[in-house]
Amino acid sequence: MSIFSRRAKSIEEQTEGDIFNKETEGLTQGQIVRKRFVRHRGAMVSLVVLVSLVLFVFSTLGFKIFGFGFNGWWKYKIIDIPELRTNGCSVALPGCPTLDLLPGKNFGLGDHPFGQDDLGRDYFALVMRGAERSIEVTVVIGLVAGVIGTVVGSIAGFYRGWVDAILMRINDFIITIPTIIVASVIGFHFGNKGVLFLAIFVGLFIWGGLSRLVRGEFLTLREREFVDAARVAGASNRRIIFKHILPNAIGIIVVSVTLLMSGAILLEAALSYLGFGVVAPDVSLGLLISQYQDSFTTRPWLFWYPGLIIIIIALCINFIGDGLRDAFDPRQRRRISHKDRAAERNPTAKKK
Amino acid sequence: MLAYIGRRLGAMIVILFGSSFLLYNLAAYSGDPTEGLRTSTDPKAHQQLLSLIRTLHLNVPPPARFFIWFKGIIGGFTGNFDLGMTRDANPVSTYITNAIPVTIRLVLLSTILAILLGIGFGIVSALRQYSRFDYALTFFAFLLYSLPIFWVAVLLKAYLAISFNNFLLNGSIAPLWIISASAISGFFWAAVISGTRQRVLAIFGIAGSATAIFLELLSLNKWFTHPGLGPIMMLALGLGFALGVTYLSTGLGNKAALRSSLTVIVLGFILYFPVEYLLKKYGSLSTLFEMLLVTIAIAWAVGFGFAKIDRRPVIRTSILTSLFAALLFVIDKLMKSWVPYVNTDAVHQRPIPTIGQANDLLPSGNFWFTFLDTVLHLVLPTVALLLISMAGYIRYSRGTMLEVLNQDYIRTARAKGLSERTVIMRHAFRNTLIPITTIIVVDFAGVLGGAIITERVFGWRGMGTQFNNALNNQDLNLLMAVQLVTSSMVILANLVADLLYSALDPRIRVVGKK
Repeated sequence: MSIFSRRAKSIEEQTEGDIFNKETEGLTQGQIVRKRFVRHRGAMVSLVVLVSLVLFVFSTLGFKIFGFGFNGWWKYKIIDIPELRTNGCSVALPGCPTLDLLPGKNFGLGDHPFGQDDLGRDYFALVMRGAERSIEVTVVIGLVAGVIGTVVGSIAGFYRGWVDAILMRINDFIITIPTIIVASVIGFHFGNKGVLFLAIFVGLFIWGGLSRLVRGEFLTLREREFVDAARVAGASNRRIIFKHILPNAIGIIVVSVTLLMSGAILLEAALSYLGFGVVAPDVSLGLLISQYQDSFTTRPWLFWYPGLIIIIIALCINFIGDGLRDAFDPRQRRRISHKDRAAERNPTAKKK
Repeated sequence: MLAYIGRRLGAMIVILFGSSFLLYNLAAYSGDPTEGLRTSTDPKAHQQLLSLIRTLHLNVPPPARFFIWFKGIIGGFTGNFDLGMTRDANPVSTYITNAIPVTIRLVLLSTILAILLGIGFGIVSALRQYSRFDYALTFFAFLLYSLPIFWVAVLLKAYLAISFNNFLLNGSIAPLWIISASAISGFFWAAVISGTRQRVLAIFGIAGSATAIFLELLSLNKWFTHPGLGPIMMLALGLGFALGVTYLSTGLGNKAALRSSLTVIVLGFILYFPVEYLLKKYGSLSTLFEMLLVTIAIAWAVGFGFAKIDRRPVIRTSILTSLFAALLFVIDKLMKSWVPYVNTDAVHQRPIPTIGQANDLLPSGNFWFTFLDTVLHLVLPTVALLLISMAGYIRYSRGTMLEVLNQDYIRTARAKGLSERTVIMRHAFRNTLIPITTIIVVDFAGVLGGAIITERVFGWRGMGTQFNNALNNQDLNLLMAVQLVTSSMVILANLVADLLYSALDPRIRVVGKK
């Protein structure tokens, strides 16, 4: 027995195929994918956490788009400067956090759950606004890069020839400039024009990896029999792309866009940290960390909360991406549990 | 082959041209380097403005000015390479040639460690698929993947540097720490080796108590304030490593390999004092390098002497062992310089620095002091970069290993009755390395670009700092030089990856593509 030892696998390997086939019998591709995703515990937990976090963040301060909107349920805005809380904190450190998750008298959010910064601004409101910004940036970058990458990759892979050559050269140009460099240049000059502008511009420059993957997928899929069949049946190029190839490539697109988004949230944080992203009157999580990193020894809450929120969001997106990859991968075989094997040996037991 | 490389290098120039053109115009159109001078009320400002326009050719519109810049790059083929001037009319090339070694020093060690640890963990995780260890490691990898490096850096500065320095003032470990470290070590080894329930419990007990005893001994002997290895400790460590590496590399059944690797260690032990003297007397990088070559030559000869047939694996094993022995010698020497180093005024009992790339106040001239200083300044950035880049390797090598283990040739290898060690190390591991090699090369190029943040956090003066300065001062030529270096690295790395792939995997032919 050693590091190389492995469990006896013979019975498992024999029945694995049968159980696997039985499980997917009579289901559509979409149903199989959904079933597999729901079974990925990490991904499901992350999905629930992420959705509740997004709802929580966006309802805290409220928002307004084109006159529609509502006021948040939180009592402070980021411009409010309430007095520094002194009771309950040590004398040298006013404005300590009131969040208490242990059951007891002080359980709950309290007045300033994440404490106050040195001016007295409510840090909970600041962090929530920062999280809003980070989520917006992530979604916009994901959308822009996802759409461009998919379109460019599909066209290049489907039409091949000179169209492919030109598009892939442009792709090479973009892919060889390191992301952080091009994003810093954009952020430095356009950071003051608002977060959305920044996100759209950054999105324009980071679709390179995605479009390569999509192109590769299209190149293999367009040679498959079902595409020939569709063409013989008289389908137009547009129909073949949208109805036949794209649905088969959707797995790889969804997974890469997810991973792109988890990269985007870290990218935004890094840009704001370097001073090339979101700038001062506005708030973002990276900016908060860079502003308060020196307070770590004196007022650690100013440092911990924005970082934790970034990590939670990025971690959830990564897990969801992993779950999606497992769900879309046809070669993926799930672990056969004891329950499955019992059901296999005794098919009637399940019906009771 | 040569034609292929030539064609790829040709394409590289085209791509560099395109990406530089893109970034040049983006940067040039969105900022104005003369802005500060034009709005200035200083009477000399106008004169300065004119000279700035003349040195940087600012009277030419950006798309055309790009060609002036690119002509300097193309000039590299005829021997007069020109990166242009900075705003203060100094040549950019001096800034860049000073910055490149700093950045490489920053990322090299962490990349190597990340590769070794990441591949090791990933493969063990794949061998234990769906075990608790596998799940824990997957979670850990995703967690590392989601960490912003500047956030980790602050934590490392607080806990690894400042707290550790405080701990070193006294040097004895609190019992709570010993207990938790033993528990962690017990869990870790039990999960890695695994087996039946009794076995896991036994491993947990042995590993845990061994760690506790070890730490307690170190603590009692004040080892942390007066570190050192000494010949006996080195012999023990070396023999342990020799056994381990022989087991992984050829299996303990290969008597020639076992004998030669043990001989290498014993030779090192016998030569301890002469080597020690040489290192002390002639300490310099070139001596170290020469001694490394001699070590490898000796190890080669030992391996050659012991093996009568099938010499390659034996020689490989003894060379690997000798490299470890050499590393032990260097560590031993560094540890010997520790106490005088810590007590110098420049260090003042705070050996792990939180910022900077070297201690400028340190008296120069002592090679081992400077070496130790460099190593200690590398600790924090290396750990931070290691944590972040390890995650990708763990995930990737785990995935590749699982894929390889499902192949038919693994089934064949098992079916013909090979030992599990041979199946994993000779058949699976080698084939896993092929795809991993390609991402290593590409990843290293990416890390060079990512060093911008790391340098900022830890106050190193490398390429990233130059980039930051260039962007803040609107210094276009400096900015383009940084982009040129990192982009060329990316493209070259891709070329190297393709060549390596075809060299490692005989199924792929780069030239046959017509």
